[in-house]
Amino acid sequence: MSIDISIDGQVYKARDGATLVDVAAENGVYIPSLCYVRGKPGLGTCRTCSVRVNGKVMTACTVPVADGMDVEVSEPGMAEMRKMLVELLFSEGNHNCPSCEKSGRCELQSLGYELGMMVSRFPYRFPVRTREHAAKQIWLERDRCIFCQRCVKFVRNLETGQKIFSIDHRGSRASIEIDVSLADKMPPEQVREAAHLCPVGCIVEKGVGYNKPIGQRRFEIKSIRERALERKCR
Amino acid sequence: MCADIETILDRYHWDRTRLLDMLWAVQRQQGFVSDGSVAALSKGLNMSRHDIRETLTFYHFFLDKPSGRYPIYLADTVIARMQGYEAIREALEQACGCRFGSVDETGTFGLYETNCIGLSDQEPAMMVDNVVFTELTPEKVRGIISALKQGQCLEEIVNPGGNDRRTTAYVDALVKSNIRGRGDVFFRAGRDYPALLEKVLDLLPDEVIGEVTLSGIRGRGGAGFPTGTKWRLGRDAEGEEKYVICNADEGEPGAFKDRVLLTRSPADVLLGMIIAAWAIGSRNGILYLRAEYGYIKAYLEQQIQAFRDAGLLGKQILGREFDFDIRIQMGAGAYVCGEETALIESCEGKRGTPRIKPPYPIQHGYLGMPTCINNVETLAAVSRILEEGGEWFRSMGTGESTGTRLLSVSGDCEHPGIYEIEWGISLHDVLEMVGAKEPMAVQVSGPSGECASVAQDGQRTFCYSDLSCNGSLMIFGKGRDLLDITGHFMRFFVTESCGICVPCRAGGVDLHQKIGLIIAGRASSEDLDDIRSWGALMRETSRCGLGATAAEPLLTTLEKFPELYQEKVVQPEGVLLPSFDREAALQGHEQAYRMLVQEEKQ
Repeated sequence: MSIDISIDGQVYKARDGATLVDVAAENGVYIPSLCYVRGKPGLGTCRTCSVRVNGKVMTACTVPVADGMDVEVSEPGMAEMRKMLVELLFSEGNHNCPSCEKSGRCELQSLGYELGMMVSRFPYRFPVRTREHAAKQIWLERDRCIFCQRCVKFVRNLETGQKIFSIDHRGSRASIEIDVSLADKMPPEQVREAAHLCPVGCIVEKGVGYNKPIGQRRFEIKSIRERALERKCR
Repeated sequence: MCADIETILDRYHWDRTRLLDMLWAVQRQQGFVSDGSVAALSKGLNMSRHDIRETLTFYHFFLDKPSGRYPIYLADTVIARMQGYEAIREALEQACGCRFGSVDETGTFGLYETNCIGLSDQEPAMMVDNVVFTELTPEKVRGIISALKQGQCLEEIVNPGGNDRRTTAYVDALVKSNIRGRGDVFFRAGRDYPALLEKVLDLLPDEVIGEVTLSGIRGRGGAGFPTGTKWRLGRDAEGEEKYVICNADEGEPGAFKDRVLLTRSPADVLLGMIIAAWAIGSRNGILYLRAEYGYIKAYLEQQIQAFRDAGLLGKQILGREFDFDIRIQMGAGAYVCGEETALIESCEGKRGTPRIKPPYPIQHGYLGMPTCINNVETLAAVSRILEEGGEWFRSMGTGESTGTRLLSVSGDCEHPGIYEIEWGISLHDVLEMVGAKEPMAVQVSGPSGECASVAQDGQRTFCYSDLSCNGSLMIFGKGRDLLDITGHFMRFFVTESCGICVPCRAGGVDLHQKIGLIIAGRASSEDLDDIRSWGALMRETSRCGLGATAAEPLLTTLEKFPELYQEKVVQPEGVLLPSFDREAALQGHEQAYRMLVQEEKQ
């Protein structure tokens, strides 16, 4: 069923129940997002797609659209909050872009550029996190984990459906973990998928680093915004 | 596979949604959950080892390494700190021979901090295994530890009269109920439960919902959602099964009314659950009990059994076509599980991570089925509403906040304890009633609520549109260090954040750091602006109520007591911010330099 929703005062047609972030993109309105993967259930962890829905702040990756919905995306206060969330992520972990294998294809970095972030306003925490390289094919660089949960939810053992990645502890003590024996059973394509799925340089495929020359990487060719809007109404 | 683990898996039908119960069972048997036990559980449940550890490491009271034969959890609360916490801490360290956060050499005692354990009316208090010790003094602590060292068992020490654990006498031996102010709704003696239930079951479910709606009662957990509306949605929701859950995860610091309700009037709560089940059409109920109240579990189980024996629970209740039974789900130490979707996740054996809403539990809850979650107090009140009528209930209180509610009062007052108040009473009158001693500030609804100023807010009233109290009321007299208290509350939220969303996980830490700067006299007015702006970010963008309220201690004290902050704020000298620690920064450089030089020499 086709319904009408309003985004920043403009009325758009949408499919009832479709996800707001998709509906916006299909209509050429970019809502920044980080943990969201199109076609998969919204995770609602990074909150960077926060927008006002009927006056209440909600994440566009988890809101199904409904008729008459009034959405504010570009209101300056809202935009500032999204930027703050990205800044929080930069100060919470250790994100050293120039030395990172993922630079140029990192969604966090790309979003930082997109939102015009120069430096995080939050105190850099420089946490001490150990890396995990016991798995044969995967290097887990915990410094860069943003706890988006993509790997936890979407990367599973192909036979048993068991979790390969998981989170230990809670809150600021949380830590991304890898089940080495299960990780070693991952076929190479799945390893590649996992590394690609990781929005930052936390899950890295061993033996293939820096395989794309600088200047030819995903977000160097096309920004995260352009990529999100590519799906504009077919 | 280890035979013990297999027995435990058997006991819970190899069902992974019962993982919390399994972990408890392993821990009770072995003292902690070893890697070997994790491996055995993972094999038995077809889960990866780290998937088991996700749950294991989420909860404060699950131990994944040897933590002493007696892990001792001393409640570190602002109230305890007003009542001799430091001396108890010292006495414990001396008597046990180890520092907090560690185990003594013999492996007998482990000392740990924990957040409020629901005993703010009898602090300082500590939890050891399944029991608690209250109103601690250094002598008392030394006595307990020395008795344990001499081989006395916990039960003997805490319950010298040898009362049966299934009785009120046992609970009374451990803790006081401290009911100070009675009203018309709660703690009524001599109720005839079978007759009451007969009366309810003579009504159609719709009539029951109608009566609850008429009463105007709203959820007593804090959010204040109209109970009648929730039940109506539950009745209308489609599902093969429907569930009723009683939220007894009373984690708000300063709150203990549910503990007392479950001790003094458990049958009111059980009856409330049965009424809810009848109303929405449910066959299964869960009472989610926080781990800190483990000492009333056996007693509650006995109460549930007594209901079964009387035909009020089980198959064909009172001879009708109505089956309903209740199981107790023990929590394991996580404040966030008071949030209803986190509570459901926990009931399913997972980390207590709040779900994305919508969908709401009433449509898609426990095991994906419509689930009606009510607070302990709401359910107890409902049992009275169905007895006396909705009209009777709404004749009390105010138009939008009907009936009465229970307050757990602690801090600087003559008589800490439980008070039943009618909605609409002023803060001033409550303070008078409880014998507040030179009150300066009142923390209404615990850290997640607001810090009210007695001078400014005395005339404000308790009701959902003003002082919408969730039951916790902590009184701070003149001379108390509010900034210190605020810092303590901020730390509480840092330790309790589940970490699923960015603003709460990361923002909470930064705001906790800010209050530290203020207390240390190293903040400028810019830091106050940051607090407002970062606090607003947490309030607006967090995934659940925990994150949304985690900045409140700072924001509300800043609003009500700005002078406390202004006194501490310093003017920047030159270009450096006062928060910049020049010494520390240079030291870091020095240290790095020395390390490099040394490396080169080698």
